[in-house]
This record gives sequence, structure tokens and C-alpha cells, in this order.
Amino acid sequence: MTFELETADHPENLKRVVIEPVTRVEGHGKVTLLLDEDNRIHQARFHIVEFRGFEKFIQGRPYTEVPVLVQRLCGICPVSHHLAASKAMDMIIGATLTPSADKLRRLMHFGQILQSHALHFFYLASPDLLFGFDSDPATRNIVGVAAAYPEIARQGVALRKYGQEVIRLTAGKRIHGTGAIPGGVNKNLSVAERDFLLKDIEQIIAWSQGAVDLIRKVYCERPEFHNGFGYFRSSFMSLVRPDGALDFYHGGLRARDEHGQDIFDHLDYSNYWDYVHEEVKPWSYMKFPFIRSRGREEGWYRVGPLARVNNCDFIPTPLAEAERRVFTEFDGGSATQATLAFHWTRMIEMLHCAEGIQELLHDDDLLGDDLISKGERALRGVGVIEAPRGTLIHHYRINEDEQIVRANLIVSTTHNNQAMNEAVRQVALQYLDGNSLTEGLLNHIEVAIRAFDPCLSCATHAVGKMPLEVELIDAEGKEIDRMVRNASGACGV
Amino acid sequence: MSKTITIDGTNIPFTEGQTIMDAALAAKVYIPHLCHNPEFKPHGSCKLCTVNINGRAVSACTMPASEGTVVENKTEELNNERRAIVQMLFVEGNHLCPTCEKSGNCQLQAVAYCLDMMTPHYNHFYPPREVDASHPDVFLDRNRCILCELCVRASRDVDGKNVFGLSGRGIGSRLVVNSTSGRLGDSTFAFTDKAAQVCPTGAILIKRQGFSVPIGSRIYDHKPICQVEIEGKGGEHE
Repeated sequence: MTFELETADHPENLKRVVIEPVTRVEGHGKVTLLLDEDNRIHQARFHIVEFRGFEKFIQGRPYTEVPVLVQRLCGICPVSHHLAASKAMDMIIGATLTPSADKLRRLMHFGQILQSHALHFFYLASPDLLFGFDSDPATRNIVGVAAAYPEIARQGVALRKYGQEVIRLTAGKRIHGTGAIPGGVNKNLSVAERDFLLKDIEQIIAWSQGAVDLIRKVYCERPEFHNGFGYFRSSFMSLVRPDGALDFYHGGLRARDEHGQDIFDHLDYSNYWDYVHEEVKPWSYMKFPFIRSRGREEGWYRVGPLARVNNCDFIPTPLAEAERRVFTEFDGGSATQATLAFHWTRMIEMLHCAEGIQELLHDDDLLGDDLISKGERALRGVGVIEAPRGTLIHHYRINEDEQIVRANLIVSTTHNNQAMNEAVRQVALQYLDGNSLTEGLLNHIEVAIRAFDPCLSCATHAVGKMPLEVELIDAEGKEIDRMVRNASGACGV
Repeated sequence: MSKTITIDGTNIPFTEGQTIMDAALAAKVYIPHLCHNPEFKPHGSCKLCTVNINGRAVSACTMPASEGTVVENKTEELNNERRAIVQMLFVEGNHLCPTCEKSGNCQLQAVAYCLDMMTPHYNHFYPPREVDASHPDVFLDRNRCILCELCVRASRDVDGKNVFGLSGRGIGSRLVVNSTSGRLGDSTFAFTDKAAQVCPTGAILIKRQGFSVPIGSRIYDHKPICQVEIEGKGGEHE
């Protein structure tokens, strides 16, 4: 099936622009728009031409290798892939984690989300939010932020660094470590390591609170604009703890429709395929997941910070919970479906990470030596985790020789595929004047995509300058305008 | 009075029957090597330990030491050649260090670091290599085999089983298993065999142990192989 503006009814009257897909390197995306003779939009697509092949080339590898191998999917959120795969392998070896292993993994994951959220907000999103979407592109970047708001930039760098230090001390390296292994972890925290992290945690919490204050202030200064930018309503999906609390590491799946009504709740994710299916479309290498019971047309949903904060009953740390309440009650709940509210909720989550790290650092289980467990072997394992960008599903089958024979990975950005396309269409309708493309328009579209913090914008460290191509084609098939932003961030026509 | 050779100008004592490699290791002088292991009969196949004696290139692991021999070891020319040998080993196999559980404990990787190998330099062959997971306790990954024959020697000389051998010639050489099916699971191999412990790379791995040693505790995490070989292994995992 297709959605409104996904496919033009009579593309023969419009020039179809085909751009050859390239082997996907995270960070490449393109937007295509097809217009009629009145320059009305008939088609708008956000293409992701990624093809990584991990599901195929891990076949034949020993299951013990997989958590380290698959984290190479991403340089920004490798811990999430590392842990999702480890959780699947826990199931394969029948392990129930020891308290020490469980808490060390949770600490690692808090560090991951803290650093990823800080990276996205301060490095990638803040230039738009602080300077305006139409501001001078020469300064609409992290360097511009550092010049105009040096303290904010400094805090962003320091927050990210702290998260990376948490990862280093739990996984052995800041990027692509080996901390989690099937059945547990390979190291605990020493007293010195714990004290090293404790030393700065109060400051990290304060800066995280400051980041929430900043985005709330920016958002609430122009509520109508921020609520209405790329606005659409959708369902949300996320993990929640058995008591309904926000939980990044483990829980049951909860999906709520656009009115806040449960579609399903506390589902055991080990049978996720009974509830979530994927549709393949010929114009994108990324699948389109949907909730089976709602069908392909109604079943798409959003994941990530906005979904999690909306879906949970509460956040189990006080400062973040207070901010969640402010968010959900703001203007009668008007922000809970807003595209740009991803930024607000992302910072609430970062605050929760900082509080969660502090709480864990006072738990002596982090210093424990009981790190590994195992049980009865199974041939199938599913691991689901809440990655920075949303629900992440890893599913593996092994053979009797302990080799991977099948894998299915549904990453966060994939869940958001339809939603990102919807955001692009809404922004195109709202802001495209049909006659000329400006750099500001280009950035409006990018702002909508960037709100989701998709992997294509972050993993390349492109600092908000992901390769992007927008073309305007008139009814005669003539290209009337075209703008390209290359990987260096330079714009051209 | 003991007999001596000189290596890079330093007098090194030796006893009759020792090779240049034996004398060097005893004197804590590192000569890069991969197929040599003091526990086994010298093999002389990897050529990494090539040194110059009177202008002749010889393998230090097989050349007997003799009174007054002048050995050139740590020269730029020799290290350039050694680096090229290691680069060829990398491109002839499929060595994916970032996801290999032997990383940090791998002699091939450590020698590459020691020789300042920054890139593979040559085009990768990406050869199709068989993986044999049929054994209940051991994973045989021929992608990482450098044909050093340490497992062959260990199985033959220590375990008395002759589980491994080399077959084929030149670039077609491959590690084979002595069983009716050719599969490790059908051989007499056991994970307690010496042959399971001597692989310098990640070709022979004990199952269900992957990545159990944390980063920071692996053999070459803190010391280069040239130091580890002469001072002893400092990591938890040997």
C-alpha cells in the first residue's frame, strides 16, 4: 500500500528522478519531490539507500562473536547493539543475569544514551534551535554554537565525554568495547573506577537539568510553531517496566495509538513477530514496520524518546519524572504528538540517565565478582532494548554447532521510517512555496528528519550536514530547481 | 669460556646446539617470529625471523649458532621485509581484528603493531575459507589460519594424534583435519590437547569463551610483543 504523497497517481506526467542507490554508509539520505504544473506536490519521499548486510554476513559465525561483531553497525550507539545481541545470546545459553551483571550492563547503557543524546542535542540539533531554521548556514553549526554560546557548547562536550567514560569503564573502550558477553559481563567496576565516575556525577546531573531547562524554554517561547512543525499524529511503541516505568534496558512492549489507548501492553518481546511485521517498498532499502493488528495503513508508529516518555507511566528518578509531568501537561498535552518534541523528551531522558548513573554508582553490586551465569541451551534468542533512537530488536537462530544461521535486526531508525517520511511530507506541504527552493527550505526538511535522530545523521559525525538532495520537477519533466548538500556540508544547485 | 655470537653489535652467549633464535631469546633479544615456539621443533616457514649473516638471509629459528657469527637483526631493511611478510599474511587470509575474540591476544596482530604496520598495503584476496564448527568444544576458523603448522606439530609431537596437516601447494595450501569426513568433530581432537592451545591467531578457538577476558587484561594490551616475549606474558590470559 502507499500513503498520501508517497507515490504520485500519474507519475508518467511527472519526471521521475532516479538516483542509483549506493552501498549504504550511514549518513546518506535523499529527499525527492514530484510536482505538477501548478507546482503542487504529488510525491515526497525520504529515501534511505542503506544496505549493510550484517544479517547475512554474520551467518556461520559463533554466537559468542556476535555481540562484538554487530555493534559495528554504528559508531554512535554501538553499546545498544552490543547489549541487544548479548540479551539474545543470554536467551540462547539460558542465562538469567546476576544482579552485578544486570546492573553493570544497565550502567553501560545509561552511559550510551547519555552520550548519544548529548551528541545529538548539542552537536546536531542545537544550531537549529538556538539560531533558527533559516539562519545563516555559515554559523548554523556546532562551531557557531561554541562561538555564540560557549558555555552550552562546553557542557555538551563534557556531557558526551562523561557518557563515553562510563562506557570505557564498563566495556573496556569508549567505542566498540567487549564488556557484555553471553550470560553476563567480563568485568566489574573497581572502587577506583566507581569513585572516578562519582566524582563528577553531580555536575553531570546539573548540566543535564540545564539542558532540559534550555529546550523547554526554547520550545515554550513559540509553542504554536514548535507544536505545529511537521505535525502529525501516530501510535507509539516502546519497552516499559512491569510497573509501567520507563526502562531502557528491559521490559515488555507497549504500543499506544494516537489517542493514547493501548494497542498492546507488557508483551513478551520474544514473540515480537506476532505483533510487528515489516513491509518492503521498492524505493527504499529500509523496511517499513507496522503493528500487525492495525494493518499496514494504520499500523505504523514512532519509537524513541517521544514514544518512551509518552508511553511510560512514570520515570523512576525524581528530576526526570518532574520534567516528564511538565512535558505531558504542557498546553493541555499539545506537545505529545509534536515532531520537535523529540528534542524535549530526549533531554528529559538524558537527565534520567544522569540520575540513573548516580543511583547505580551507589550500588555495591557494581563491585561484585559474580558476573556470569548460564542455563539450558536454546537455538533461538531475541534481545530487545531501548536504544537512544528507539526500540531495537535483535533476533538470532543458531545451529547445533553454535553457529548463527539466521538473523533479523530491526533498528530504531527502521521503526521510524514511515514517520520520518510523514514528517518530510508535512514540512514540504507547510513550507514549500512551489517556485523556488531556498537553503532555508532544505534545512526545514532536514530539521524534521533530524528530530528523529536517525542513524543516517549521527553515525557519520556529519555535524548536521548529512548528504541531502532535493529536486523540483515540473509537469513537463523539467527540473526547475535542485539543491544538494554534500557530505562536507556545502550546498549547491 | 662461553661461546658468543653478536646480534646488532651485542655479544650473546650460546651453548652448543642452540639456534640463533634460542640464543637471542635466552639473552632477551627479540627477533620477530610467528611459526616459532620454543616448545616445538623449529619450522622455518614464516620467514619473519630472517636475519642477515655475512650478507646472507637466514632463518634465525633454524640456523645453529656458531662462534663469532655476526648477526644483523633490527635493521630498517629487515623490518621493512618483515612488515611486507605480515601484510601479505593479512591479505591472504580474512583477518577481521575488530570482531575477532583473539584480538589483544593474537601474535599476528601484535607482530603487526610491533613492525609499525599501519595498513595492509596489498589488495585483499578475500579468499573463501572453510569454517569447521563440528567439534563440540572447538571452533576451527580457517579464515585466520597462517599455516604456521604449530597445531600440526603440537598434535603430532605432543598429543600423539596427528589431527592436523597441510594439504595443497602454494596459495592453495590449507589446513586439513585427519578424520574420515575431514571434519574436526569426527577426529580424535580434544580441547585439552596441546594443539588447541598453540594457535598464534584465532584459527583454533575454544567454544563458549569468547571475549571473556576484558580489554585491559589481554596479553598485548599494555606491552608490545617484543617486550612480552622477553619479559613473559603479563596478561591474565595465556
